[in-house]
Amino acid sequence: MTTQITVDVAPPGVETPPPRPRRSRARADRVLLLLAAPALLYFLVFHYGSLFGNALAFQEYVPFLGLRDSEWVGLANFQRMVDDPGFWSAVGNTLLIAVLQLVFFFPAPLALALLLHSIVGDVLRRFVQSVVYLPHFLSWVIVIALFQHMLGGAGVLNGWFSDLGIGGISIIGNPDLYRPLVVVQLIWKECGWATIIFLAALTQVDQQLYEASALDGAGWGRRLWHVTLPSIRAVIVLLLVLRLGEFLSIGFEQFFLQRQAVGPEAGEVLDTFVYFTGFADGDFGYAAAVGLFKGVVGVALIYAANKIAHRLGEQGVYRR
Amino acid sequence: MSTYPAWQGRPTAAVRVLKGAALAVIVLLVLFPMWTVLATSLADPQDVIANGGWVIWPRTWSTEAYTAVLSGGIISRALLVSAGVTIAGTALSLASTIGLAYTLSRPRVYGGRPMLLLVLFTFLFPPGMVPLFLVVRGTGLFDQYAALILPFLVNVFNLVVMRGFFQSIPGELLDAARIDGAGEFAILRRIVLPLSKAVIAVIGLFYAVGYWNRFFEAIIYFNDQTKWPIGTVLRQYVTGGAAIAENSGEVAGASPQSVQMAVVVLATVPIVCVYPFVQRYFVKGVLTGALKA
Repeated sequence: MTTQITVDVAPPGVETPPPRPRRSRARADRVLLLLAAPALLYFLVFHYGSLFGNALAFQEYVPFLGLRDSEWVGLANFQRMVDDPGFWSAVGNTLLIAVLQLVFFFPAPLALALLLHSIVGDVLRRFVQSVVYLPHFLSWVIVIALFQHMLGGAGVLNGWFSDLGIGGISIIGNPDLYRPLVVVQLIWKECGWATIIFLAALTQVDQQLYEASALDGAGWGRRLWHVTLPSIRAVIVLLLVLRLGEFLSIGFEQFFLQRQAVGPEAGEVLDTFVYFTGFADGDFGYAAAVGLFKGVVGVALIYAANKIAHRLGEQGVYRR
Repeated sequence: MSTYPAWQGRPTAAVRVLKGAALAVIVLLVLFPMWTVLATSLADPQDVIANGGWVIWPRTWSTEAYTAVLSGGIISRALLVSAGVTIAGTALSLASTIGLAYTLSRPRVYGGRPMLLLVLFTFLFPPGMVPLFLVVRGTGLFDQYAALILPFLVNVFNLVVMRGFFQSIPGELLDAARIDGAGEFAILRRIVLPLSKAVIAVIGLFYAVGYWNRFFEAIIYFNDQTKWPIGTVLRQYVTGGAAIAENSGEVAGASPQSVQMAVVVLATVPIVCVYPFVQRYFVKGVLTGALKA
């Protein structure tokens, strides 16, 4: 976290008060504590409440009986998870899509940021930025509606194809094309927004390095490789570490919305698996076990990703 | 005319054309889908049907789809629900985020360190879908609009960004006010908040967009479909496969496609309207806070 630089010079005439007992310190800060109370209450109820709610992963949960009276079954839900081919299929899809996201989505904003950064005209750059940021603010429902409108069976693309006398292709709802499709959707929606942090880093690059390398005869490619990329290395590593830490969190809404159209074989990912077993089949205890599994793996991934970052001599998400 | 740094020189014509073409393609890829949706919603329904469900340029303009959708049925209701949830939710979220962020930004506040750890830990382990569902049910929020607000009241990222921004305000300014006898609340209201307009605008937009776009929660928390927000209704028609005309019985005369697209437009317009006003604060408001954190 931030290291605050406080100027510890008391103004003349103001004496430093002696350390006060705890009770009166709490009282002195009562306005601040009151201001903090609503948000703290929120975290306690919804986050820590949910954390303890994970207990139902160890139960044969019956909604009618509730958490207190449902039968405790130990690790039976986890045993069932390990034996469930549907679970492993969801794990496989999640990993595959996560890898595709890492390979195709991660570098895209960096490339776009380099392109945007190279626009010299301020007005043009601001216009393009406004346009590419916009999709980030649209909901997945709208993004998928747009994709259906463009690429669906009765969509614009197939309309053009039939005008040209080419047979239509089915993209939406086609299990074979589902994985590339979801990555393309993600790039369309988030690539522009993700450039922000790269653009900020690019403005920090020392201009004198460019000048010196240009004088030494370095062309565009060499300046990119020897000046630009090393200068923003810290940001790239940080974002990569964050992404690895969230490796299994490939998004929920996007997959929830399209899972029916392509069927569970291609469309089921871990989060939708939790939803459909828990809410559609009413199998709450089992669904919670899968969710808890994903949460624990997530914590382990964040820990591992930070270890890697520290190894690389970068800061990672937290220090040490 | 744009200027290039002296060391770079003007790129060759071929490079400039290539770059211009790349930018044009990118801008078109973003804007063209939105445009055809808008055009389809504003076209004469007969043209839309004749052209197979979409148009790029309406031959005759028509607002029939919008009058049909806004005539007081499901869609109008859902838009009102979304607007109400968004306004109330954003106000509550901003108030509670500002409160905690300000407290955590004060050095040596009572319990500051434990409070910060309590909050940051939740970043590591977000609530699972099923346990959160039980908490929402347990707190009696079923079929209440509050179920779309309270479970998302404070976002840790927004909180950390705002705290970072508050910390960047010079402490001398606050000390001076304190010596003049101002209480913490007065300092927050009169000094800190006026200096933080940029970050409040950006984070307010983040919260508002979150509330406006939320659709999934209404599916699991609401039995009463008349309380659905626009996102949930749109999902029903667009990806749930239900034809809008059959369901609402209010759109006779308009083609289902133009009606569907009109709903997409209505669900998008509020965001597109607010966005330009906040956009100039993005870098200033978020990065100063985020880079400090």
